[in-house]
Amino acid sequence: MKLTGAQALLECLKREGVDTIFGYPGGYVIPLYDCLYDFPAIKHILVRHEQGAAHAADGYARATGKVGVCLATSGPGATNLITGIATAYMDSIPMVAITGQAKTTALGKDAFQEADTTGITMPITKHNFLIKKVADLPEIVAKAFHIARTGRPGPVLIDVPQDILNGHLDYKPVEKVEIPSYKPNTEGHPMQIRKAARAIASAKRPVLYIGGGVISSGASREVVELSERTHILVTTTLMGKGAIPESHPHSLGMLGMHGTAYANYAVAHADLLIAVGARFDDRVTGKLDAFAQKAKVIHIDIDPTEVGKTVHVDIPIVGDCKSVLTDLLKKVEPKVASEWNEQIMKWKNEYPLCYKKSTDGLNPQYIIEQINKVTDCGAIIATGVGQHQMWSSQYINCTFPRQFISSGGLGTMGFGLPAGIGAKLGCPDKDVFVIEGDGSIQMNIQELMTAVAYGIPVKIVILNNKYLGMVRQWQELFWKRRYSATNIEAQPDFVKLAEAYGAVGMRIEREDQVEEALKKAMEINNLPVVMDFHILREENVYPMIPAGQSVEDMMGHK
Amino acid sequence: MQHTMTVLVENRPGVLARVSGLFARRGFNIESLAVSSTDDPSISRMTIVVAGEDNVLEQITKQLRKLVDVAKVLDYQDIPIVQRELAMIKVNAEATKRAEIMQIADIFRAKIIDISEKTFTVEVTGSNEKVNAITNMLSPYGIIELVRTGRIAMMRGEKTP
Repeated sequence: MKLTGAQALLECLKREGVDTIFGYPGGYVIPLYDCLYDFPAIKHILVRHEQGAAHAADGYARATGKVGVCLATSGPGATNLITGIATAYMDSIPMVAITGQAKTTALGKDAFQEADTTGITMPITKHNFLIKKVADLPEIVAKAFHIARTGRPGPVLIDVPQDILNGHLDYKPVEKVEIPSYKPNTEGHPMQIRKAARAIASAKRPVLYIGGGVISSGASREVVELSERTHILVTTTLMGKGAIPESHPHSLGMLGMHGTAYANYAVAHADLLIAVGARFDDRVTGKLDAFAQKAKVIHIDIDPTEVGKTVHVDIPIVGDCKSVLTDLLKKVEPKVASEWNEQIMKWKNEYPLCYKKSTDGLNPQYIIEQINKVTDCGAIIATGVGQHQMWSSQYINCTFPRQFISSGGLGTMGFGLPAGIGAKLGCPDKDVFVIEGDGSIQMNIQELMTAVAYGIPVKIVILNNKYLGMVRQWQELFWKRRYSATNIEAQPDFVKLAEAYGAVGMRIEREDQVEEALKKAMEINNLPVVMDFHILREENVYPMIPAGQSVEDMMGHK
Repeated sequence: MQHTMTVLVENRPGVLARVSGLFARRGFNIESLAVSSTDDPSISRMTIVVAGEDNVLEQITKQLRKLVDVAKVLDYQDIPIVQRELAMIKVNAEATKRAEIMQIADIFRAKIIDISEKTFTVEVTGSNEKVNAITNMLSPYGIIELVRTGRIAMMRGEKTP
């Protein structure tokens, strides 16, 4: 079949099962955009800033498990994707980013809107490609999707010069992708798995520490089964939230800096830590010398680079979480709840996750509890980054995997709204709540226009304290309340702003208005709703283990 | 600790940047680097010499393996290897000094591969130390130009990476 490069590219996307792409046109990608008319099966969502396209593709991928696709032109289009690509890279999200480029003959000559996109994105992609010959296009696209979705998933970028899009090739679909130097190992070593089973059998104080790898490999059921069979309690990372229903009696919620006191106590006193698809991030471990000191460590991860990176591992098992846990379950004998479980439950009762209800203002935690209530814990939650993100991670009660969508590793402010749009398009049958801060939302507020234009009914909750709250909290606690550059009282009227974009706006200042507003938002199904909640200005996220410190230094727990 | 490692990679543009980028990110200076294609034209072989803490280099080795274009990585720590470097040294060689320089070259089994009225160009191969030694011996005559390749290395015996 004779096709142009642009046609072949869209044909390849169609073959990969792509139904939605998020993008923004520009000079060098006009040929590709022109071709979109001929591919009605691929829905193109026109964002208002390329960063929004990358985050939306990311949110789509997190919510569905499929590869998210974003598209931008060369130069500034490509550089605007960078934050979104880096966000996906840090959280191991499968994504393919396609960028336009100057003609192959102009490369390196400072052509208009030329940037060395593959050079710039080298450290923030799992792999990237610059297409130099149009005949290579189908194979490169197939490889890109293969690399993005297999092994430890991640973003892959394809840089496509304009003459490649306009060139012609004899198109043949790629049947099989063969990359000799890329063969991720998915099956765990049987001897290591036996060792792990023995360690579990003999452990007195075991804890399961579950990360995003469990979500991406779809191993939630195996985690729950392992926990139920052995009565080992489960703590999750921010990325692992939803791996076990948080209402499950075995769930200890999140661990780490803003994790529950009882999860952190459990890890601190454990004699066996079973890490699955988690990477011992500094927000989890705090001071490394003091982290899980008494514990033997089993580390299950598909990426050998993670094993022993920051913490000494006694039993490494390199493999896909689902595959390894399935094998492990064949070897693990049932165990009964022990004194250890009782001890953790005692901590749970003694130091529960709680907040002091204020009489002179609206508690953000209360609003989040009401979101659980009105959605019956069934909505997808996308967050920005800051205090609101941590309150959400603490108080949103997740009931299923891929429910909680948040930028963990990179901590990208402005992630929530575009990611929520992507998630809603990926899961149209689910309600999507975007929880944002007044600072974070303004970093990608332009995507409100995208949501209005396509009638995407995301419910946007702004926890508005007129501060860059997380930085302010650190300034309060560690910098003598010198609130340098964190007061953002100068801000738009979010209700009027929402209305200016054509969305629905509401302002909520009292507790008795909260539930009603959320319910009203749930009833609007053709437009985004912006709920501007004016919350207590100086409410803090607690408990907190200050950066680089240990569980001993935990603040604000009861 | 100095490490010598062999990295087998796909022979295509950009691979060297990916590999060297990993070292640069961790603040490692590559002391020597030799790259060429192998008997299989689709595969290039890099020999990298780098100094650094063992645990950090172990991490970098794993990260190298993770690169899509990298097929194999072998760090020759505690593995017996044969290794060679090659240098070309252009040295002042006036008529009265020529015999001495030729004698030095002889001792190092080096070859004189070019000659002019005032200079010799000496080619030497061997270990890093040997190349350093002849360089030291020749420097009193006045080295005009010196070029050294990176180290290349192979395991002793029948084994291959």
